[in-house]
Amino acid sequence: MTEQREDQADAFFHALADRTRRDIMRRVLAGEHSVSALAAKYDMSFAAVQKHVAVLERAGLLTKRRSGREQLVSGDVEAVRSVASMLTELEQIWRGRIARIDELIAADLNLEEPCPSPTSGTTSTP
Amino acid sequence: MPVTDVRHDLDALTLTITADFAAPVERIWQVYADPRQMEKVWGPPTYPATVVEHDLRPGGRVTYFMTGPEGDKHAGYWLVTAVEAPSSLSFDDGFADLDFTPNPDLPVTKNVYTFTAHDGGTRATYVSSFDSAEQLQQLLDMGVVEGATGAISQIDDLVAS
Repeated sequence: MTEQREDQADAFFHALADRTRRDIMRRVLAGEHSVSALAAKYDMSFAAVQKHVAVLERAGLLTKRRSGREQLVSGDVEAVRSVASMLTELEQIWRGRIARIDELIAADLNLEEPCPSPTSGTTSTP
Repeated sequence: MPVTDVRHDLDALTLTITADFAAPVERIWQVYADPRQMEKVWGPPTYPATVVEHDLRPGGRVTYFMTGPEGDKHAGYWLVTAVEAPSSLSFDDGFADLDFTPNPDLPVTKNVYTFTAHDGGTRATYVSSFDSAEQLQQLLDMGVVEGATGAISQIDDLVAS
């Protein structure tokens, strides 16, 4: 279960870590677009845009449907704002805090000297 | 990374994070018992925290504000509900006005921190519980103000547009 969530979070972050993909999401959340209409907006090949769309689709952020020769794409607002994604976002705040605690205790070791009273509030505010 | 496990409980709306630190339980406890250390870890570098009141006793309060890059200040408080030094701490975390009056319109998160000796270091378990998905969303909108970074924050703009 945890691994599955981790995988989901990885896919999510990866999908949104790219400027073009975020731009595609902005457009398809506003309304349905065909892949070719999207491709016309960017200075890149149709295939490259199609690849970006596929990454977003795998992350569950958008859905594709076929209409004749066209592939129509729309953003899944619910997926974007699902509880899972919200918890994932909060998880990042926590990971930041935990990394800072780790840095703080690592700094103790670097001092390499007995620290008589680290609990007193004498250190100045950074 | 010291984080060893993350659990999202979508039904109970809880987030549980487990981390192993290479320091004794007493040392990890100090991070919370000492306001100067606590403020070093609470806010991200872009929104450093300043702890004002600090009373880690049941019924006591810890108040803090975070200062953004524009000098903007965002205040919050902890209401301590249970303490067992150095092994556990429970508190409600909420938003406040700049005079630290709790803001009842904004969500309150229930937190339980547990620290146990593990492999010569400390295993820390952080559990945060939320009342509803709506509160969770509201919290995130505020969390973005607090400087929660990462690609996902940008979704707020996407959904708003």
